[in-house]
Amino acid sequence: MALEKQRFDTLILGAGGAGLNAALQLANANLKVAVVSKVFPTRSHTVAAQGGVNAALANVLPDNWHWHMFDTVKGSDYLGDQDAIEYMCREAIPTVYELEHNGVPFSRLPNGKIYQRAFGGQSQNFGGDQAARTCAAADRTGHAILHTLYQQNIRAKTHFYDEYFAVELIKDEEGIVLGALVLNIATGEPLLIESKTTLLATGGCGQVFRTTSNAHINTGDGMAMALRAGLPLMDMEFFQFHPTGIAGKGMLITEGVRGEGGYLINKDGERFMEKYAPNAKDLASRDVVARSIVTEVREGRGCGPDGDHVMLKVDHLGEDVIAKRLPGIRESSKIFAGVDPVQDPIPVFPTAHYVMGGIPTDRFGRVMPEASDDGDPLPGLYAAGECACASVHGANRLGGNSLLDILVFGRLAGHNIIDYVKQNSAHRPLHDDSVAQAVGRLERWDVKGEGITVSELRKEFRKTMEDHAGVFRVEDMMADGVEKLKGIRDKLKDVRLTDHSATFNTNRTEALELENLIDVGLSIAVSALHRKESRGAHSRPDFPKREDGEWMKHTLYWKESDKLEYKGVRSQPLTVESFPPKERVY
Amino acid sequence: MKVSVYRYNPETDNEPYMQEFEIETRQGMMLRDALMAVQDQDESFTFRHSCGEGVCGSDGVNVNGSNKLACITPLSELKEPVEVRPFPGRPVIRDLVVDMSQFYAQYKQVDPWLIRKEPMPEQEILQSPEDRDKLDGLYECIMCGCCSTSCPSFWWNPDKFLGPQALLSACRFLADSRDQAKDERLDNLEGPYKLFRCHTIMNCVEACPKNLNPTKAIGHIKAIMLKDAI
Repeated sequence: MALEKQRFDTLILGAGGAGLNAALQLANANLKVAVVSKVFPTRSHTVAAQGGVNAALANVLPDNWHWHMFDTVKGSDYLGDQDAIEYMCREAIPTVYELEHNGVPFSRLPNGKIYQRAFGGQSQNFGGDQAARTCAAADRTGHAILHTLYQQNIRAKTHFYDEYFAVELIKDEEGIVLGALVLNIATGEPLLIESKTTLLATGGCGQVFRTTSNAHINTGDGMAMALRAGLPLMDMEFFQFHPTGIAGKGMLITEGVRGEGGYLINKDGERFMEKYAPNAKDLASRDVVARSIVTEVREGRGCGPDGDHVMLKVDHLGEDVIAKRLPGIRESSKIFAGVDPVQDPIPVFPTAHYVMGGIPTDRFGRVMPEASDDGDPLPGLYAAGECACASVHGANRLGGNSLLDILVFGRLAGHNIIDYVKQNSAHRPLHDDSVAQAVGRLERWDVKGEGITVSELRKEFRKTMEDHAGVFRVEDMMADGVEKLKGIRDKLKDVRLTDHSATFNTNRTEALELENLIDVGLSIAVSALHRKESRGAHSRPDFPKREDGEWMKHTLYWKESDKLEYKGVRSQPLTVESFPPKERVY
Repeated sequence: MKVSVYRYNPETDNEPYMQEFEIETRQGMMLRDALMAVQDQDESFTFRHSCGEGVCGSDGVNVNGSNKLACITPLSELKEPVEVRPFPGRPVIRDLVVDMSQFYAQYKQVDPWLIRKEPMPEQEILQSPEDRDKLDGLYECIMCGCCSTSCPSFWWNPDKFLGPQALLSACRFLADSRDQAKDERLDNLEGPYKLFRCHTIMNCVEACPKNLNPTKAIGHIKAIMLKDAI
């Protein structure tokens, strides 16, 4: 088969906030950059982020990056790398100003500065009073940021491959990534993109669970490509369940609702977060609030005929505040829950939301292929955003730190790629075996005949993940889950497409996505089974305590024989003193 | 419930046709759920969709004659028989998937990015809440295309008339107190077609799933032009 080839300095896989902020730096520096996205860029899931982006601008209440850093370390349940966290919290400030200069329509304060709201886990003065650190464009911050970044990339003439699906990374014998095989979804034609550097910015994998706030496209494609390229995934057992998804549906109700003064009640009308987090109450960290809701429901204090959710009360804020600060939430509640929050509370329950783990990188966005702490990064390969793990979120991410992560590390990866390309100006020779392997991944789906359908196996897989790797995890349940997932992985070979057309074949892309989901799902389940402690989002009733002596370390998972290794947490920040682990109370 | 969907695969079909499916409904079901149920029965049925909550703008379709976003259209609001077709006036790639490249090209024509001529301040560019309010109703556009593909002026002159979506975007930057390219933006919209082919038919207002009002935005641009001319 004659394979069409294109060459670029940099290939970026994914056009969300991380990919587009990297692309913008590169295009502004006149590098030849290709952005591959399986959807038109403004349809990337960054668009759905609601509440905002954290930066210690101190526009509303006193603040500084060091307090932000403390909150992030504590929020991570001391699993975050403190050098990367310090960098992110410092860079948050210029990053948000740059976004504003690029045109993001932030909400404003009477003095003309960017509006900031309170979010969970935020404090002044290292654990003191509530801070207000989340910069917001009403409750549509992700939309405002993604559209602005796309607009600036149009100006900078970034080269976009819209609706191209990334199939596989191409490597040479040394494991150096030379680009990727991608598929033009509209025509079904493959295309080989050769690049001197590659940035994985493919976002999250929430579709591994049945009930999720994540979009249909969030299938962990970049993580799975990394796994198949022989790279590990780090800390995949840490999956965030957002406390307030619309009950039974999963659509997100932003933490900003509680930041603006909304609170949770059970069937007795009790404001139950006062029991679980006496100080922060409804603005405790997400893992804490999610567990509290599940506990209320399990102990029989849930709302509704089946007692299977709690209520988020907002009406006391008044129509003006709701219209001004939470217009999107009001719209979503009406459409999906059939309630107008101006009058009635919103039924909510935790929903699978965000993966703290991902492709391990150092604090420069370079992919780290080994468990050793002082090992070398893989030359020319970068990862940023939800698919990466720097690690700034550790065992639990704070609200408002996700947009921050993608923007800071996307931008940084862009800058580092510019330097790398200056020093490595030649393309390496292409490696035929690797190309053949990638093409093989596509051709496997040309096999015709009877078999399991993509949607059947996907349903079975997502249900298994929900039943065996959810909010509370015990040994037998998880061991059982891992065995079932391995069985599902074996069944993949029996899956057949019913549609073999070339033109816009979603049956084919969903089959490729299902392979990715299953690879990533196993990394979550296997990593979770082996961590015998409770930390952040990983909650083990059979091992209820955090065990810093044994477990203050990162998990690394390889696809090859589902192998696990561990590496130490980087507790030494760049310029300030380390925050030692303490008991985490809110 | 019976749902009839438009089918066309250029590799196998000489002509498009409608195909009927019987789907099981449940409380609170959206049109997107129904289309996914159709896909479960026939995996060769193709449509775009992603976020499922009306923010990504992928799943605009024509249902019972109106352009709507499938994921926020309750089935209970649709009259049976439910007929789902691709957006009118756009080339069909396959089934409900249309080629939107002309639509995106028109968006790019209006230079849809903030233009500053002065050097940037160290902190944010200040903007009063009142000035920021002027962007409400303009910046929320999700580029789904429901408006432009329901506009007769866009059907007739998609290469010359920019269409409601692009003009709403043009207005979003004209209305931004931080933008410093007002004259260039207005010059760029001169001529009989780009802006002035809007005949205020207002299909765009009817179609917009985010309740935005492109016709009003177009009127606003015309008003600025008129004011500047005097």
